Amino acid sequence: MLDALGQILGLIFSVNFILTVITASTPLLLAASGELVAERSGVLNLGVEGMMIMGAACGFAAAYVSDSTIVGALCGILAGAAMAAIFAFLTLGLAVNQVATGLALTILGTGLSGLIGAGFVGMRITPAPQLYLPVLTGLPVVGRILFGQDAFVYFSFALIIGIWLFLYRTRSGLILRAVGDNHVSAHALGYPVLKIRMLAVLFGGGCAGLAGAFLPLAYTPFFIPGMTAGRGWIALALVVFASWRPGRLVAGAYLFGAVTFLQLSVQGLGLGIPPQVMSSLPYLATVVVLVLISRTRGASGSAAPASLGVVFVPDR
Amino acid sequence: MKNRIVVVAAAAIFAVAAATLAAPAAEKLKVGFIYLGPVGDFGWTYQHEIGRQNLVKALGDKIDTTYLENVNEGPDSERSIEQLARTGHKLIFTTSFGYMDPTIKVAAKYPKVDFEHATGFKRAANVSTYSGRFYEGRYIQGMIAAKMSKTGVLGYIVSFPIPEVISGINATILGAQTVNPNIKVKIIWVSTWFDPGKEADAAKALADQGADVLMQHTDSPAAMQIAAQRGIYAFGQDSDMIKFGPKSQLTAIIDNWAPYYIQRTNDVLNDSWKSTDTWGGLKSTLVVMAPYTNMPDDVKKLASDTEAAIKAGTLHPFKCPVVDQDGKTVECKGGDHLDDGQILSMNFYVKGVDDKIPGK
Repeated sequence: MLDALGQILGLIFSVNFILTVITASTPLLLAASGELVAERSGVLNLGVEGMMIMGAACGFAAAYVSDSTIVGALCGILAGAAMAAIFAFLTLGLAVNQVATGLALTILGTGLSGLIGAGFVGMRITPAPQLYLPVLTGLPVVGRILFGQDAFVYFSFALIIGIWLFLYRTRSGLILRAVGDNHVSAHALGYPVLKIRMLAVLFGGGCAGLAGAFLPLAYTPFFIPGMTAGRGWIALALVVFASWRPGRLVAGAYLFGAVTFLQLSVQGLGLGIPPQVMSSLPYLATVVVLVLISRTRGASGSAAPASLGVVFVPDR
Repeated sequence: MKNRIVVVAAAAIFAVAAATLAAPAAEKLKVGFIYLGPVGDFGWTYQHEIGRQNLVKALGDKIDTTYLENVNEGPDSERSIEQLARTGHKLIFTTSFGYMDPTIKVAAKYPKVDFEHATGFKRAANVSTYSGRFYEGRYIQGMIAAKMSKTGVLGYIVSFPIPEVISGINATILGAQTVNPNIKVKIIWVSTWFDPGKEADAAKALADQGADVLMQHTDSPAAMQIAAQRGIYAFGQDSDMIKFGPKSQLTAIIDNWAPYYIQRTNDVLNDSWKSTDTWGGLKSTLVVMAPYTNMPDDVKKLASDTEAAIKAGTLHPFKCPVVDQDGKTVECKGGDHLDDGQILSMNFYVKGVDDKIPGK
């Protein structure tokens, strides 16, 4: 028993383990941070999976044609934002139900991405390079973890810090949160509720598109229809899990990535732990964390936007 | 059986219906296919689609084909199969295990339509079944893997503990043990047929733990790519994945459905179709090995000799005595090897597998 524990701990604290976890968690973190901003403005977009897979298809197609990871990533962002624009037009412009529209967006994205990507299945591209920084990457242990990643990973670090600064340290962030919490008051104060929400939704779409593009550009460098395999849904769940706070979102994304990868790794050790028990770990961990959060609600509380998912039609 | 993206094939069905209405009155045989995944999955469905394309090439002047992709197993598939039957398709191939009961149900309603169900075991007067003896290829892969592994540890990524997967693991180990009796295999269940990211993660975990030859019973080429990145070996699954690991792929088990599809369609054209149960392997070319690459000549020779022996029937991967994990000798029902029933319902590991079957 103690020996098994030792083996598992040895696994967790190996550099390769941490590297894999960071790679596996990055698409979740990217997509979830975009959705967090959109939800903070009061819009519930359930179409993350659809925007991601469109980002994957368009990002891969562009990278293949241009032979450039950056062009691919940009096209992924654009594709995600374009999907989000459809969503914004319907839910903000025409005040259609957000839940139904989000689900439809996922179905649309899954189909459309298959069509766009059909010609690119089985093609190969050069994966995004690992950006090694001189000296820093050579540092023992932390070198490769902190400074040996690809650009997407660095960007995800920057993105979440940027989002935190924006939400809590800028006036615009305050306004965005106000719109999400009470759109009637925000409107009465003269803030352009729909415009702010549209920008937030587009931002969320761009992040989801980038998260999708990360999969065929860096994670597994090929395109196959449906390759997001439900990551968009996990990203959505992470936002709730994080109770709409960027800091907790990072913790949640890495925790989920780590536990998911741990259950695969531990099987390889042959310790005789049933894989079913291991597969349930990510969800068990989620439940535990949710309980902990609700226990501490008095102190920090959930930041669930009060107007989340509520349609807003300006009265004038 | 294969659980993939939730996409309703409604659009495709409408397209079929529209095409049917507009079709000219030419008396061509209409052949339909129901696919589980997208035709571009580069694995299971992709190979069925290749089979269909070759069928069109061979008999295109006598037949029209239709396919519906992304058809969920369950009630959706029953509607899709019935749609094809109702629109004049006289021969319908349903290409996944989970279409078994829907196929039988629809077949009872359309006795004049012939059905072909892949990998199932229920038949009727107008329902045949067909599948591949993939374990034969796995046996050869096991031998190659044991020869090529320096660490003596193989990595095996698997989906679900169904007999086809278990018999694949066993055949691999039995093959590997003929070369190295102490060979070890690390097994990771990813609980999905298709999630490139998760398959890649599993491959990384196996490589981290010293496995230097990877094999898989999942559908994407992700593991092959990880092998290429790490400079180790791997085997392709369902289709030739050499593109994804030019220096890593040793060989691949290729599902080759075309000859079967052409033969069965010809049978319908000649009015000689009968309900049959086909389980073809290397000999009938339903299972084909990709070229043996990235290995020295002696390993290549060993592999091709084994392949020839299996084809000739002089070697059976499950030749008796087969000893299970606990050291018990398995009853030998097929004379000098396990019989087909035992292989089709296999739910035990052979000796030398250091893992527990999930749920057992």
